[in-house]
Amino acid sequence: MLQDNDKILEDATNSEYKWGFSSPIDQEFAAKGLNEEVIRFISGRKDEPAWMLDWRLSAFEAWKKMKQPKWQNVTFPDINFQEIIYYAATRKKPTINSLDELDPEIRKTYDKLGIPIKEQEMLAGVAVDYVMDSESVFTTFKSQLAEKGVIFCSISEAVKDHPELIKKYLGSVVPVRDNYYAALNAAVFSDGSFVYIPKGVRCPMELSTYFRINAENTGQFERTLIIAEEGSYVSYLEGCTAPKRDENQLHAAVVELITMDDAEIKYSTVQNWYPGDKNGKGGIYNFVTKRGLCQGKRSKISWTQVETGSAITWKYPSCVLKGDNSIGEFYSVAVTNNFQQADTGTKMIHIGKNTRSRIVSKGISAGSSQNSYRGQVQIQKTAENAYNYSQCDSMLMTDHSGAHTFPYIDVKNSTAKVEHEATTSKIGEDMLFYCNQRGLSDEEAVNIIVNGFCKEVFKELPMEFAVEAQKLLQISLENSVG
Amino acid sequence: MISIKNLHAGIEEKEILKGFSLDIKAGEIHAIMGPNGTGKSTLASTLAGRKTYEVTAGEVQFNGKDLLDMEADERAREGLFLAFQYPVEIPGVSTTNFMRAAIAEKRKHHGLAPMEAKEFLVLMREKMALVEIDKQFMSRSLNEGFSGGEKKRNEIFQMAMLNPLLSILDETDSGLDIDALRIVANGVNKLRTKDNAFLIITHYQRLLEYIVPDFVHVMYDGRIVKSGGKELAMELEEKGYDWIKEENIVQ
Repeated sequence: MLQDNDKILEDATNSEYKWGFSSPIDQEFAAKGLNEEVIRFISGRKDEPAWMLDWRLSAFEAWKKMKQPKWQNVTFPDINFQEIIYYAATRKKPTINSLDELDPEIRKTYDKLGIPIKEQEMLAGVAVDYVMDSESVFTTFKSQLAEKGVIFCSISEAVKDHPELIKKYLGSVVPVRDNYYAALNAAVFSDGSFVYIPKGVRCPMELSTYFRINAENTGQFERTLIIAEEGSYVSYLEGCTAPKRDENQLHAAVVELITMDDAEIKYSTVQNWYPGDKNGKGGIYNFVTKRGLCQGKRSKISWTQVETGSAITWKYPSCVLKGDNSIGEFYSVAVTNNFQQADTGTKMIHIGKNTRSRIVSKGISAGSSQNSYRGQVQIQKTAENAYNYSQCDSMLMTDHSGAHTFPYIDVKNSTAKVEHEATTSKIGEDMLFYCNQRGLSDEEAVNIIVNGFCKEVFKELPMEFAVEAQKLLQISLENSVG
Repeated sequence: MISIKNLHAGIEEKEILKGFSLDIKAGEIHAIMGPNGTGKSTLASTLAGRKTYEVTAGEVQFNGKDLLDMEADERAREGLFLAFQYPVEIPGVSTTNFMRAAIAEKRKHHGLAPMEAKEFLVLMREKMALVEIDKQFMSRSLNEGFSGGEKKRNEIFQMAMLNPLLSILDETDSGLDIDALRIVANGVNKLRTKDNAFLIITHYQRLLEYIVPDFVHVMYDGRIVKSGGKELAMELEEKGYDWIKEENIVQ
């Protein structure tokens, strides 16, 4: 009888990936493999200044001396970095002034994804940057933002138009040599978003980037840099999807955030890269370095992530709480199904006095997947009265899925206070039957139970995004035959 | 309303219901009493379609349809309600949202458009008053941190919201103090119409002082061994269940 229950959960969690199409866009590619020539090619395609190329080349030198990390609780065959294409972009490099000039195939792709790339978007009040494969396609609302002095553009443009900011901040939070994939990204990053919020400005709209991998055998290496000056505020959203392919594709991004005194950055992610098929074939390797530096006093960085995609996810959005009284937050829902593996969590590094951090992690494991929370809370000697609260809850949907928790706590100041709570539960037959008895189908029941489980995280997301995240969760755990 | 014929059912190869038969007509209240371990809760779960219980023989017609042919959720949408003996807790899901989903599914099943938000709120308010539940319970996680009595009242509240044809109350009275018992009974009495029916499963006669049944059945070893009017409940209260056991062993 218990098997019946597992069967229900399995059926209810067998999903089809709905963003698995690819688009026939005329693209040009860098030669396969990684060498100095390829890096020069990427830099050349972007008309980069010499200092940018030098930065890339030094990163490449560093990367060559590094080794792929093996400590994560995930398994996969060694990646052959010479089999990856590091750059893919539309052939006609567009200088687009209006949406009508966008390649219709790209337009169609984003329409299929349901992204509101229309004038009506004005109403939604979301400015969007689209990154397909290696390049940023279009940034909306640039002029409205410019009135406030907000800069929101692709990072390639920023290298050209705001070199002083890029030189000062690029790699300042995640140094080139930080880790293997960060070094790789620094060498070959092709595009991404750049945001600058001037002193005292509250960004008038949500900023959003949509990432799409389209081309085959290519890696996506975007880089995002957000700087919030004194007393400013910005809410930034990112979403991502990729076509269904049998090969694994690598996504190695770097995100750097910096907040000055009294500034706040709220960074939300809905990650839905292709997770591979039911037998674990294909899918994206999502190896991402995200880190925020609370440089200023009373500044705040908040990460919210909903991770449903990718064959393997390996990321730890972190906060370095340097400014006194600064605050770091991490809210996460990670769903794994079939043969997905996720090793995700956060790092909270307390340096300044009275720094506070809060971690709420919800892991849901279905199918034969493995879901690990890995977190580090570090209270340094200087962090008088630091406070951390961590809560890690896991929900198992099947008997053959796994939930793991690896919390590391390192306290070097005796005035600090650190709290940790953890729970593991399984969706029980009694819970399902109770919902059934009120007229809810198995699918509807799983949906309502899971959404309840994730509520604390969803309420941190901006409204439209929360709705999208709930739908995504439903689809990720949906019955494919019903 | 419901016609149960020679129902045999059990759990993990063990037969618990051994030829249970009962007819309930619209407008009637039936009570089932009996000693512990005699199959009362198994009957409730089996009728509601819990998958851990397996039906091996018999048939059940519900409102002109084959009940055993339907999954638990469909039975519910067709108008069968079970007030649980041990209601489960669902963290993060408010009673309001849970009811909104349940009513939407039921209406969809009957080809109706979703209920207007305003209409839903009016209905909520009306039914909350019926079971004397404070509105703060509605936004709290379903049953989480509720006392035993609060959980049972919440069951009756849900019953009132869903307006079922047949309501089965599985030992709703167990663990209730006298005030909660009165509130629960009052709810049932007010919900009673000529078009719906109730099956009240109880171990004690106490609840039947507040909800007056049309028929009382005594269940023993998986089937009904004695039926009568409300006076049968009194007789059981006086004599206890031993005479039923003895009588049946003799047979």
